[in-house]
Formats: sequence, structure tokens, C-alpha cells
Amino acid sequence: MAKKHIVGIATVALVLAACGGDNSSNEASTGDGDSEGSISGDLTVLTHRTDIVDTVLEDYKERFGELYPDVNIRFEAITEYEGDVSIRLNTEEYGDVLMIPAAVTRDQLPDFFEPLGTVEELGEKYRFVEEQAYEGDVYGISITGNANGYVVNKRVWEEAGITEPPATPDEFLDALRAIEANTDAIPYYTNYGDGWPLGQIRGNMGVLTGPEVENNMAHMDEPWTEGEDINLLDSLVYDIVAEGLSENDPTTTNWEESKNLLGTGDIATMMLGSWAIIQMQDAAENVGASRDDIGYWPFPLQTDGTFRSRIGGDYKMAINKHSEHKEAARAWIDWYTEESGFATDQGGVSVLVDGELPDTLSDFDPLDVEFFELAPRPEGEERLFSDIHNTAEIDLDGWLYNQRLIDIARGAADGDKESYFAELNNRWADARAQVGD
Amino acid sequence: MVVVTGPGRSRFKTPARTARRRGRRGQSETKRGWRSTPWLFLLIPLGFLILFTYLPVANMLWYSLTTWDGRAPVKEFVGLDNFVQIFTRPELFQVFFVSLYYIAGSFVQMALALYFATILSFKTRFRNFFKGVIFFPYLLNGVAIGLVFLYFFRPDGTLDALLTLVGVQDPPQWLGDPSLINYSLASTSVWRYMGLNFVLFLGAIQSIPNELYEAADIDGATSWDKFRYIIAPGIRKIIGLSFILAISGALSVFEIPYIMTGGANGSETFVIQTVNTAFVFSKVGLASAMAVVLLLIVLIVTWIQRKVFPDDKADLV
Repeated sequence: MAKKHIVGIATVALVLAACGGDNSSNEASTGDGDSEGSISGDLTVLTHRTDIVDTVLEDYKERFGELYPDVNIRFEAITEYEGDVSIRLNTEEYGDVLMIPAAVTRDQLPDFFEPLGTVEELGEKYRFVEEQAYEGDVYGISITGNANGYVVNKRVWEEAGITEPPATPDEFLDALRAIEANTDAIPYYTNYGDGWPLGQIRGNMGVLTGPEVENNMAHMDEPWTEGEDINLLDSLVYDIVAEGLSENDPTTTNWEESKNLLGTGDIATMMLGSWAIIQMQDAAENVGASRDDIGYWPFPLQTDGTFRSRIGGDYKMAINKHSEHKEAARAWIDWYTEESGFATDQGGVSVLVDGELPDTLSDFDPLDVEFFELAPRPEGEERLFSDIHNTAEIDLDGWLYNQRLIDIARGAADGDKESYFAELNNRWADARAQVGD
Repeated sequence: MVVVTGPGRSRFKTPARTARRRGRRGQSETKRGWRSTPWLFLLIPLGFLILFTYLPVANMLWYSLTTWDGRAPVKEFVGLDNFVQIFTRPELFQVFFVSLYYIAGSFVQMALALYFATILSFKTRFRNFFKGVIFFPYLLNGVAIGLVFLYFFRPDGTLDALLTLVGVQDPPQWLGDPSLINYSLASTSVWRYMGLNFVLFLGAIQSIPNELYEAADIDGATSWDKFRYIIAPGIRKIIGLSFILAISGALSVFEIPYIMTGGANGSETFVIQTVNTAFVFSKVGLASAMAVVLLLIVLIVTWIQRKVFPDDKADLV
């Protein structure tokens, strides 16, 4: 096909090789010793929010500057944040303050980041401290929190005759059928083309079996069986797609466009974390609809008559172990989490223990939704879960296996739900045997 | 890669040989100067070559013997385990079937390129304009092409709109249908790379001396005769080279399917699989081994090709 492809393979080779680098960090990390009282220094802050780096973050920088005039902040917004930053971790140059990439396993945290305090101590003030902690030390503080559930266009749902959130997966399917029959909207949009929105549904892991779901799954040979969370979520998506209640050609979907389509009512439902609400409301306004059309409901499942919604942290901010201005970096993190108001301004759940629910979740109020957090990993098993799914090549932090599920459900790949779940169970069991219990 | 290193090596041999010859003639005081000068000139390019090509490849070879996850400070040595894994998991090789579509596409691509190059090497109206049009796609950025063709192939997109104009109802899903997706992607690839083949062929055709055509005209040769007996043998070497590029390119397709589908819906190629293994499943060791295997396969295919079609000198006169 020509030369560029050869360049392609060479690039892969280079990228793979470039991941090496020298990891030895002999350099003693020096704190900001010269100024005891006033905090100063140049800070480089890595952020994934390319959309607000010149607006909201610039404003934060100014407000922070009024309190700490000697600290100079420089933002570095990175589009492919996950991939780029996890490769940069091989050097010592990954900014002073950064979001911990998801690929870093718990036991690797001390290799790259500065401990911020103990779980007990910080846990009194902040939520989600367990999510990036290792051996009792916290390495990152969440920038905001998310509740989980799904975004709906309430106008379309009402048109189909549904005003109450469905309480079981079957009711949910019935509701989608009603939307298909009574409106022109696509009942459920998978966003298969961009991939990552497919993984969002896993934010609901635990609604069925509770906070220990991932820890239990790591000790289970066949998690894709009736009565398990992963089986519940994957079955639901499978049934929706197999019945034709999702978009016609999933391969050409487009995330930015899907926001507008939800706003106009061409799409009725999307499974996303609560972070998406504000973006959807903005999009609705952009296309000339009302912000109030956008609603957010908890996952269609009740335990003892109550809905449950898992809340979890977003990216966690951490300090580079090799930073020369750790005090200033810490001041920025403290200010950002406590003073800036970022978490709730962006429609998220406050990261402070005594913080309130944001307006975007007002739909949850009358439902009396019960919130829960995932349980921390047991000691010694910090990376067991991720090791198993990586070894099994089932990307529970990605979306490749969801795409395959959807391909099978729409008849574009061989097999059916039973055969795919059996295959997943096999690979899971094999991986568990390899990783060693 | 193969193509680039060849001429590079022979270029630095030549001055060395010249130096030896001069030495024998007895100019001993200049001998040392003559010997070291070419090396001085070569210092910087060789440095770059080693730093950016051979060192990373050597690193990759080392990673392929470990179970490194891409971040951990320790790289555990496991010997040939990764290679054993690759050859005992048939599903890792299944993706090479996808390359067949691109190999087929590359034949179409070269036939088209040869056809246009031949036509445009004769006097044709708007010749330069057409040359530009044909070469243009190659200058576009691969990401831009991927996005443009996503809109082109989507339901009710450009292609479907065109088909509706000529009366085709219910066009298929060009990317959604697993039996069509690889044809769609391969034709995008043909669209993109045809211009490069075209320019290579055109350059080679134009280097054929004009007298040959004049002599053929006098002998009463038709256009087909001219192509058959003058052009085709005259550019044999370039055709051979294009084949090597096409086959190794087809084995390592990456850009277009990765941008357009991310390898979903049965369009995954070996390189996409390698990238996913490294960065999604955190198995950099295994992925490095896969990259090494691909490198070997490309080298072997190239070697076979050179054996089957040796590029003997074409003698036109």
C-alpha cells in the first residue's frame, strides 16, 4: 500500500522502544527549602481538560495567584492524556501536578507520586481517597466525583408515555420499546464509534451485588453468570442491540454529534456518568431546545425498593515525586479541591465529605437514591483485579470487548450471548490461574 | 526500512575504496586525512541513524524478552516466552487475513497508477492538472483522510447521497457491514496511496529516452506495442520496488483502519492488535515480540520476492 505503512510499523517499533528510558531516580528530591513562610516556585500542571484550559482554569490561576503571588502556574493541556502521560512517566518530566493515568497500578504509585497523607487522615475531609491509595497512603485527590446512571431526553420519554424511571432491566427494555414504537427517536445510543462511551456503563458495577463487586470478581471463575453485575450490564446492552433498539450503523457514530442529537430528541437515552449531564444540557441549549429536557436517572434496578447509584472519583490530582516545588504543588491541590468550586461547577459530586449534591442530580431527589462507593482493595491484592483482566485481554477499563459484544448482538460477528459469555468466562478463569490467586 | 538502508550502506563504501586506491599510489602523508574525512562527514547522520533507528530496535528486541508492562521499573526477563505465546495463539495470526484485502487493493492501486502514468506521459490535454489531481491525496494528512472518509461512508453520507442520485435505493452499511468494511477501508487506502505509485511510475517512464518512441513510430508500433515493449521493461525495476512496498505495507496497515474504526467490526490488523496489546492490555513485552515477528515476516516476504523476481538490468537498446 506504500511507504507510509512501513513508516507505520517503524513508528510502532519506536513508540514501543521509547517507552523504556532510564527509570533510575537517584536524584534526591529536594523540597522547596529556601522559603519557609511564603510558598513560591514555577508549577507545571498537566491537565486533560483541553476544553477549559484557556477559560475556567485561567480564571482559577488568577484567583490562586491572589493568595500565592509567588507561585507561577503553567498549564499543559494534553489531548491524548492517558496514552501520552503514561508514557511520560518513564521520564522525570511529567509536570509538578498531574492527573494519575488510569494505567498506573496501585503498587506503582510510590514510584511516581508523592504521598499526600494517610487514608484515615485525609478520609475525614475528602471522598474517594481510597481510589488511589497504597498501603495506607493517599497519592491522589479526586478533582470531582461522579454518580452513575443514564442520561435521558425527558421530552421524548414522556412522548412515549414514561414519566417514572424504570425499576428493573425488563421495565427499561419495555420503555425503550415504547420509545421505538411511539416516537422517531433512537431509543438507546451506544456511541460505539468513539468507543470509550461504551465503558461508561461499568460505572454501575455494584448496583446488584454491592461495593465488593470487583474484589469478589477477582476470586470468581465465572463472573459472566446470572446474578453477577458484569453479566447484568453486558446482558442489558446485548438485549438492547439484538432487538434493534440502538442506532442502525454503530460504526460511524460521533460523540460530539450525539450530544446534539440527544438535545434535539433524535436520541432518547445514553448510559453515561453524571459528568455528562452538563455537557448534554449545553448541547441542548445550543440546538435550540431546553436545558430542562435533559434528565438523569439511576440504573434500572432496585434493592429493597430503593434505587442505588455508585459514586466514584474522577481523575485524581497528584504531585510528581521529582517535583522541585512540592509545597507549592500541594497548595494548588488543596486550593483546587477546597476553594475553586471545580467539582460542583462542573456538575459533579463534591469531593469534600460534607459537600452537597449538585443541581444536575436534582432528578435523584424525589427518588431517594442510595449512594455507595466501591470498597477498597484488600491489602496484598491491590493489583489483582487489573492483572486478571489485562492477562485475560478483557479490557474492563476500555471498550474493545464491548464493541465485540455489540458486533455479536447485531449479527456482525459469529456467536450469541451464551457463547460469548462462555468465552469470557474461560478467558477469565485461565487468567486467574495464570496470575495466581 | 529495507529500501532506505540499502543505498545508504553502499554510499559510504565508495569513498573508502577510493581512498585505498590513492594510498597504494604512495601518497602516504595524505592517507590518514583521506581515510578519516568521510567518517567525519558521516558522524552526524550515522549518529542519528543509530540513535533513532537501531537503538530503539535493539531496545524493542530486549523488551520482547521481558514481561514489562510499560511502566514498572523492573523488567522481568522471560526468555522466548512471548514468542512461544505468539505462535501458540492462532487468534493472534488470524488478523493477517485482513491484510489480504489490502494486498488485493494494492494490485488495483498499481494497475491504476500504471495506467494513468502511461497516459499522462504522452501528450494529453490538461496533463499537469491531472498529475496534480492524482498526486494530491498523498499529500493529505492521514487523520484528515480518515475523518473525511468516515463522513463519506456513513449512512446518508456522501456516498449514499451520490448513489441515491443515480437511483440506488437502500445502499448497504459501508462500515457497519462486516463483509464490506474491509473493502471500504482498502479502497480508501488505494485512494490515498495511488498518487505515490503514480509519481514513481511517471518519473521512471519519463526517463526512457525519446528516440526509442520515435524509432517505434517509424516501425509502425501502436500505443499498446510501445507500452508492452518499451515502457513495461523500462520501468521493471520500479514496478518490483513498488511490489515490495505494497506487500510489506499491506502486512502492516495501521493508520486508516485505526483512525476510522479503531479496528472494530473485524477490521483489526496486526499492527492495531500490537498497539492494543501494548497500551490497552499493558503487555509491552508481548507487543514488542509481535513487532519483532512482523519485522521478520516483512523481511522474509521481501527476500522471497527478490528471489522470485530478481531485478536484472533492463536492456532497452
